[in-house]
Amino acid sequence: MSGVAAPPLVRVAGVSKSYRRGGQVVPVLADITLDIPGGAFLGLMGPSGSGKSTLLNLIAGIDKPDAGSIAVAGVDITRLPEAELADWRAANVGFIFQFYNLMPVLSALENVELPLTLARMDRRERRERAQATLELVGLGDRMEHFPSELSGGQQQRVAIARAIVTDPRILVADEPTGDLDRHSAEEILALMDRLNVDLGKTIVMVTHDRRAAERAHSIMHLEKGELFAHEELPR
Amino acid sequence: MPFLVLVLRNALRHKLRTALTVVGIVVAILSFGLLQTIVAAWYAGADKAAPDRLVTRNAISLTFPLPLAYRDKVRAVAGVKAVSYANWFGGIYQKPANFFPQFAIEPESYLAMYPEYRVPEEELRAFVRDRKGALVGRKLADTYGFRVGDTVPLRGTIYPGTWEFTVRGIYDGEDAKTDTSQFFFHWDYLNETVKKRSRGRADQVGVLIVQLEDADRAAAVSEAIDAQFASSLAETLTETERAFQIGFVKQTEAIVVAIRVVSYVVIVIILAVMANTMAMTARERLSEYATLKALGFPPVFVAGLVLGESLAIAVAGGAIGIALTFPAADAFAARVGTLFPVFQVAQGTVGLQLAAAALVGLVAAALPMRRAARVNIVEGLRAIG
Repeated sequence: MSGVAAPPLVRVAGVSKSYRRGGQVVPVLADITLDIPGGAFLGLMGPSGSGKSTLLNLIAGIDKPDAGSIAVAGVDITRLPEAELADWRAANVGFIFQFYNLMPVLSALENVELPLTLARMDRRERRERAQATLELVGLGDRMEHFPSELSGGQQQRVAIARAIVTDPRILVADEPTGDLDRHSAEEILALMDRLNVDLGKTIVMVTHDRRAAERAHSIMHLEKGELFAHEELPR
Repeated sequence: MPFLVLVLRNALRHKLRTALTVVGIVVAILSFGLLQTIVAAWYAGADKAAPDRLVTRNAISLTFPLPLAYRDKVRAVAGVKAVSYANWFGGIYQKPANFFPQFAIEPESYLAMYPEYRVPEEELRAFVRDRKGALVGRKLADTYGFRVGDTVPLRGTIYPGTWEFTVRGIYDGEDAKTDTSQFFFHWDYLNETVKKRSRGRADQVGVLIVQLEDADRAAAVSEAIDAQFASSLAETLTETERAFQIGFVKQTEAIVVAIRVVSYVVIVIILAVMANTMAMTARERLSEYATLKALGFPPVFVAGLVLGESLAIAVAGGAIGIALTFPAADAFAARVGTLFPVFQVAQGTVGLQLAAAALVGLVAAALPMRRAARVNIVEGLRAIG
């Protein structure tokens, strides 16, 4: 992905990360450098423990590197204090998790409305926007349903609606189809594809599934904390 | 919208757990309120004491009498407006469990000093006229069904024999805090009978009640009264009515302290139960707190969810507990009869109950709040609740 003429949306420069486990330092990422242009759909693949989820977390601003910098739209997020980083995430990042991570006590509509409460927006506007987003992901008829009343695929669609309702710059998806059957997984991937093509959303997706990764424009392969291969996929 | 909705729906998420916790808090707050009311009832006499009344008794002990002749000497002390007297009778009505205080009094001077006892004019006249008459308080009358004209036999313990009295009046209190569990009869009737049976015990009183011209001079007048009888056969101890009542209560202070301690122990126990509930709750929801933080919600929002839920449960339990305290106190008072002259849930007790419930909610949430606010997003997202 390096070498793109237009300034990248995400610039990861010399990032390293390690964790302490049982008194031992375990390196997870070593000197990663990577650019992601705006509008990209990037798949991150690699075996367990290769550091792909850690890289995703760093790009999403929910973890901090030991060394290096990560700039998103020109903002070095590794230098932001915790409170500012939280505000930055609310405005710039949409999260799609493997297990959906919806609030079980909130309806689909309330779950999608939730991130909008952090924006200065009146209740009516929030509601209208959440409704429109649920319509967009094809759940206009399930707005009042609670997560326990929805299938896995439907829950993931609610989670995607929650991720895009604030119109973030980047969507990060960690194994978004990992908990779904093939049919539901196809639907979710198709939806993500639409978000990328129709709405121009930049998507970074971690996956084990080669078929899921092939929906991306390009795939980065990680192994033992290092980037070792990069595939451009035909569109 | 989302904060309150999340708090309330989270509180109702595990209905059985929440219901059991609320029941625990209800029982604790109810018990706390009842025990505090018992303690307050113990001190009720002292609370109602008038600042312008002194009680003079034998310096050795309450069980030693004073000569009636002291009355005139006390009346002559500067600052004394009026003097009356009373004897503790200690009789038994039907069986020892039927306890109520009985006093032999000099009706006119005594009742003039206690304007808080409200007696209908006609009944007061009838009581004063009849030397074997009795004046009973409303609570006492209600407890044993005494009515004007009834004969009440008492078996004497200090003054042996069976004594019969005719109820001539029923007095009410000026307010709910006035003791209406007492039984008054004529000191003259007691004295005349004692004279016939045991001459040496006649013309003696248990206490002198002294009314002051100026309540601010209580200390000086007390000293002057006691100085007058210093080095006599019956030295006196004079104190304010409040000090006298508290001194009386202090004889059983260990019981009061024990009740008070138990009332707080109950709160500590429910605090531990509630803290356990909230700790379990926070542990189960770590992935939700991490998700909220990932979405950009600040730690204070997440901590607020835990605190709100804890307070909602504690206050709900507290409110039900407080509401139940009133009927429970009435039932308790009815069960113990006249053992406690005044048994009322005070406003202060309700305030303490509310404070205890809020404290339980606050303290129980403290550590889970901290844990929720400080949850590491990456680790929290891995924790599937």
